[in-house]
Amino acid sequence: MTAKSAQRSVALSITGLSKSFAGVRAIDNLSFEVPEGRAVALIGPNGAGKTTVFNMVSGVYPVDCGTIAVNGVDVTHMPSRKRIAAGVARSFQNIRLMAHLSVLDNLLVGQHRRNASIAAMLTPYRLVPSHRWKREALQALAESGLEAYAKENVGALPYGVRKRIDLVRATLAGANVLMLDEPAAGLNPTETNALRGDLQALKARGLTLLVVEHDMHFVDSVCENVVVLNFGQKIAEGPLSTVRQDRLVREAYLGVEEEA
Amino acid sequence: MSGYLTGVLVTLSFNIIAAYAVYLPIAAGQLNLGIAGFMAIGAYAAAFLTNEMSWPIWAAVLVSAGLAGSVGLMIGLPVLRTHGIYLAMATFALGQVISAVFLNLEVVGGAAGYPVAAYAPPNIVFAAAAGVVGFMLLLSTTRFALYLTAVKSDPTVADLLGVSVRGIQAAAFTLGAMVAGFGGALYAHHYSFIEAQHFNVMLSVFPVLYVLFGGTQTVLGPLVGALFFTLAPEWLRASAEWRYALFALFIILFMAARPQGLVTMSLFRLFGRRKPQVTT
Ligand SMILES: Nc1ncnc2c1ncn2[C@@H]1O[C@H](COP(=O)(O)OP(=O)(O)OP(=O)(O)O)[C@@H](O)[C@H]1O
Ligand SMILES: [Mg+2]
Repeated sequence: MTAKSAQRSVALSITGLSKSFAGVRAIDNLSFEVPEGRAVALIGPNGAGKTTVFNMVSGVYPVDCGTIAVNGVDVTHMPSRKRIAAGVARSFQNIRLMAHLSVLDNLLVGQHRRNASIAAMLTPYRLVPSHRWKREALQALAESGLEAYAKENVGALPYGVRKRIDLVRATLAGANVLMLDEPAAGLNPTETNALRGDLQALKARGLTLLVVEHDMHFVDSVCENVVVLNFGQKIAEGPLSTVRQDRLVREAYLGVEEEA
Repeated sequence: MSGYLTGVLVTLSFNIIAAYAVYLPIAAGQLNLGIAGFMAIGAYAAAFLTNEMSWPIWAAVLVSAGLAGSVGLMIGLPVLRTHGIYLAMATFALGQVISAVFLNLEVVGGAAGYPVAAYAPPNIVFAAAAGVVGFMLLLSTTRFALYLTAVKSDPTVADLLGVSVRGIQAAAFTLGAMVAGFGGALYAHHYSFIEAQHFNVMLSVFPVLYVLFGGTQTVLGPLVGALFFTLAPEWLRASAEWRYALFALFIILFMAARPQGLVTMSLFRLFGRRKPQVTT
């Protein structure tokens, strides 16, 4: 495993990243890498800065300093809109599905990156009974066992279902690096198991995952490595079993890792 | 067809075109309160082309619509940097400025108005309105229409999914200006006379009301809104004055109770052929 990972190329690389909000350091000189095809968990107590990392990698927030590279390309100053084409897509901690659109339509927006030409934008695809785009989106839903919800308006759906649809949408752009912000939060045990299956299927397809998650059993079953953040600083990194022995980590968590 | 009915249907046609001109930017989350300005550009440009350059009506109308759209794009790019109430104010001012320019443009009659020699009969107006509705229905089956809603619903996420938010908004604004110019150009040739005072604030505001009343969630909302606001006053015309007050009260109460407008997605679902079935 370790020998093999040395040969892997780096899918996501973060170097010396810092970010302050109104003088308060949310991220402090953070560096870590996610090798191609691996799943890394970014963990830490509430307010540690995990979502802020996602926001900087996806370009929602500009960085104060440091660099971010996706598939070897420096995206630090790339406009947020173009980063999905560089290969990084994300889901959202507070689920950001478009409320007035159906599940299927949300997924179709998710396909935009691969269908961005003017011709594609002006194709009256809704007139075509089972257009390739619709079939593709339905297929992705079916793979997660969610096809029954295709025509539903997202606003009315249960939390766990919306959470998983947010994830499906992130997979449709064809990005090879997925950042998932607490994908298991608020899911019941059945849904959590289904999600685990979804993520394992993504890994089997060779995708690279960076997962923020509080459920350590879940992390253990999906991720090979964890990076632990506390007050914006990396305090530990490595396999979960090693990291959870770490004194700093134990202090930062005060038993949170036992919770799940 | 009686002259009265024809007159009402012509008004309805122009109202429908105006409603869709306003609907396009609204669908992308932007209020254009200066639509009358773009109608004026279309009207004056087309009238000038048929009067002074002897162009055929159809060519003058199409080119003028394109011109209104180009002006919309040129003005839209800087104006669309503003949002919400500021955008509404900027477009409002824009409409007034354009109208003021024509008021002082002597080559098209200035304050005295501008007679238009070439005539577009009612059938042409009906066909034009039907064409605009058809175009909008077709547009509603594309990704572009999907992105209008996406950009309105959550611009941050649309951007992160790779959609050019400014591009979509500028396109919607431009297309709306084009439709407004198209309507204005036909207006000039149907009523045979235009004056700058006609393209006033009310002309900009009423279509917004049609659209908000009809609902912005579906492409049929503006059509229903324009129908309602054209036909209801006609029906009230024969009745006592106090009914107008009742009408106004109804509008206020309706909008308070149903801010999403009359025609919505869930309404379609309610009357859909098949009940949605969800299993958990
Ligand atoms: N836009 C912002 N403006 C000001 N402060 C912010 C902003 N975004 C994040 N912060 C602050 O940065 C710190 C890190 O927040 P962040 O959301 O990244 O934490 P997190 O690790 O994702 O926490 P949680 O587990 O609760 O989701 C917090 O103190 C937060 O208040
Ligand atoms: Mg967070």
